[in-house]
Amino acid sequence: MLADVPMVFILIGITAYTVLSGADFGAGLWTLVPGGGQAGAAATRDHTRHAIGPVWEANHVWLIFVLTVAWTCYPVAFGSIASTLAVPLLIAAIGIIFRGTAYALRGQFAHGEERGVRLVENLFALSSVLTPFALATVIGGIATGRVPVGNARGDLITSWLNPVSVLAGVLAVAFSGYLAAVYLAADARRLAERSLVHDFRIRALSSGVVAGLLALAGLLVIRAEAASLWHGLSSGLGLALVILSALAGVVTMVLVWRGRFGPARASAALAVAAVIAGWAAAQEPRVLPGLTVSQAAADRSTLIATIVGIAVGGVVLVPSLAVLYTLVLRGRLDTGEVSGEAAAAELEGGAPAAARGRRRRRGPTGVARRAGVAARAGVAARAGRAGVAGVAGAFAGACLVAGTGLLVFADPAWAHGLGAVALLACAVTVFALAAGPTGELSLVRAQPARCSHRAAPDRHGVTAFRWVSGMMAGR
Amino acid sequence: MLLSVAGAPVDQRYLFEARQMQALSLAVHIPLVCFGIAFPALVLFAEWRYLRTGDPLYRTLARRWSKIMLALFAVGVVTGTILSFELGLLWPVWMQDFGNVFGLGFTLEGFSFFVEAIFIGIYVYGWDRLRPRLHFLSGMPIALAGITGSLFVLSVNAWMNHPTGFTLRDGRAVDTHPWSALFANPFFWSEYVHMYFAAYIVCGFLMAGAYAWAILRGRRGRYERTALGISLTAAAVAAPLQVVVGDWAARDVAQSQPVKLAAMEGLATTTRGAAEHLLGWYNGHAVVYGIEIPRLLSLLAFHNPNATVQGLDIVPLAAQPPVNVVRFAFQAMVGIGTLLALLGLVYLYIRLRRGRLPRARWFYWAVVLAGPASVVALIAGWITTEVGRQPWIVYDVMRVDAAVTGAHFIPFGYGALWLVYLGLAGAVFWLLRRFSRVPLEGDHAG
Repeated sequence: MLADVPMVFILIGITAYTVLSGADFGAGLWTLVPGGGQAGAAATRDHTRHAIGPVWEANHVWLIFVLTVAWTCYPVAFGSIASTLAVPLLIAAIGIIFRGTAYALRGQFAHGEERGVRLVENLFALSSVLTPFALATVIGGIATGRVPVGNARGDLITSWLNPVSVLAGVLAVAFSGYLAAVYLAADARRLAERSLVHDFRIRALSSGVVAGLLALAGLLVIRAEAASLWHGLSSGLGLALVILSALAGVVTMVLVWRGRFGPARASAALAVAAVIAGWAAAQEPRVLPGLTVSQAAADRSTLIATIVGIAVGGVVLVPSLAVLYTLVLRGRLDTGEVSGEAAAAELEGGAPAAARGRRRRRGPTGVARRAGVAARAGVAARAGRAGVAGVAGAFAGACLVAGTGLLVFADPAWAHGLGAVALLACAVTVFALAAGPTGELSLVRAQPARCSHRAAPDRHGVTAFRWVSGMMAGR
Repeated sequence: MLLSVAGAPVDQRYLFEARQMQALSLAVHIPLVCFGIAFPALVLFAEWRYLRTGDPLYRTLARRWSKIMLALFAVGVVTGTILSFELGLLWPVWMQDFGNVFGLGFTLEGFSFFVEAIFIGIYVYGWDRLRPRLHFLSGMPIALAGITGSLFVLSVNAWMNHPTGFTLRDGRAVDTHPWSALFANPFFWSEYVHMYFAAYIVCGFLMAGAYAWAILRGRRGRYERTALGISLTAAAVAAPLQVVVGDWAARDVAQSQPVKLAAMEGLATTTRGAAEHLLGWYNGHAVVYGIEIPRLLSLLAFHNPNATVQGLDIVPLAAQPPVNVVRFAFQAMVGIGTLLALLGLVYLYIRLRRGRLPRARWFYWAVVLAGPASVVALIAGWITTEVGRQPWIVYDVMRVDAAVTGAHFIPFGYGALWLVYLGLAGAVFWLLRRFSRVPLEGDHAG
């Protein structure tokens, strides 16, 4: 019983990753084929990019969550899976690097830098195909019992390049495109972008049909190829969940058809959750051939520690996620990121118009006034802190002596802990003293005249550095 | 029966490449971790100054830094993901035999990572949308999660160096006590505090280096001076204190891992009143061509000039790490760290006694160099502890060659990873240049 609890967490994690990150990956697919709709290709790309902006990283963490719970609570199964299915996992990992790179670079190109934009979009799209495909082939390999217990004892290739795995991979790609289209249609509705709503509604419907057909084909392939998995899916709880998933899929299509994208998000997520639960039900209690969940599980103490850890973490996580998604779904984070146009304007030297307007409303903006405010603040701060600084300096010195003494000359662990705290206090105090306003301090230029003997080597240094940096910049 | 099959040793011809692949991934990720630990605090400090003074310069600074923070976080996310994949891809036997002991550390780290990812999205995208105070508060969890996340990951590394909290049966860990294994580990705290200070040194000097370069090129506006002031102060405060913390860490090594200490110092045989050698080369028996300081090693490691320091000969040759690699890495770290500490003291002296920034050009050149040098020291420090642990993956319990995967994909994976990381490095370099060239909103430059 206890042994099953972390497995439930793993399944929840896989579902969340598929529903949330899957949609982020799917958004990449739609940047690959942005044309053909009412909205322009550029508008489509901007829309997909902005929709996943604030949430991508949080969504990605579900994958890490799944991995860590798996290797802590079912270490033998994890080691066997990771070694036999090394190739698809490596492919997924590389796709994830591409994704992160594309994410970091996106929105940093000015208009007119078409080559750079194209490169990043292609990287983004490539990752959107590679990662869901590879991860789903891993699931396929596990579900069809191609991962024996042990270090790389399964086939390095056929464990993931087999009919069921490949179909699972293709289905995952189609499904992420479908989820993304539904979510993006909903986002477009919120932003009142009518042509984007139109486009993504059609995309959702068409990719929904494709995903549905692939799912049906998948069942046929499973029936032909994986008898025990088929048995689990065609009877009992497994069958019920498959039917639930199919129903949720149909309901989603109807909702999308009628333009009710909000509920469609929920039912699409339900369809995914039911598939994953169905897979688990069909395979239960087997994790790998000859290894049940309870055999695979770690010791009781580890399981309890992990469950406690997850429970405590969940207390922090759930409200945090609620805040994030509430802000995102209410559009509170929509314009925080500079849009393509705003970035271009900023690069060309002008502040975004909106920001300029807001600042004007706030009051003192003139250069002279601002400088005056800053100078006055600096003077006041210096006068007020003169006495405080002496005390703080003495405190920092005392902390330094105490910390050094405790760390270097004392032996008990508690003394070391106290010493580390004292050093930290010293660091914070000195930082507070020294990191204040630098005010009028900047007279580097005066130096070469005063110490002329230093100027010559410096010039060499400058030349060398310029040369190196020029090389690096490709000049 | 099942588990004995699982534990059967494999023949992996590419063990060295597997280790290199892991090392490459760590070397790429660790500098980014420094930004994860230290950068949020600096960004928040700038924003706090804005809230206190109303000076819009600080807001500009915090806002521009937050964009860099987000981009580096995104890169850190994916390079960290690669690491978690590699634990299973490269060392599956280690995971299956000991994952039940140390895995909890990573599970907890996952939650830190969640918090960081959630609030970094809110913080960076919320600049214009959240009320100033609320926005500032939304940044606090990022800073906290940066601290706890690295704490949890390092608890695992400390466990690998000083494994406790389990009983070994048939080569596997049973009767596990994950909490005490990870957090009641005496080895952990010195390692963690050492890394924590290193994060401020690396992040601070790298950022200060960029502004020092701008100042040398004649961009000496208030923006550059303020940015330099904050980042350089962080590094300058951390660097001298790191000397004390490093001494603490080294004595923990001396106690728990005598062989590692012997490799760091090139001490072939157990010696009473052992000498310290600067530079030189370990020829298999002793350090040659080095500067010898009698009895210093005994004094430093055990606070007694006549203390006995155990040599490499306490274990057979097959259980010794590659001495010169460890020793050079250690000396590089200590040497660079000492120079950085001196640079920090010079800065703090001028800043606090004279109340201004240094005026000498050489100082700014030194700061430009200090950025990359601090990264070298950081990596050298990790080489010291990780290569110094060899040939063990779990110190004195499991050898690396017993942990490695039997799958034959390593040369392919290693090559692919190099290509991908070179591309990533190019992208990050391009990105930071691009960030630095976005003009300031005119009126803050003066």
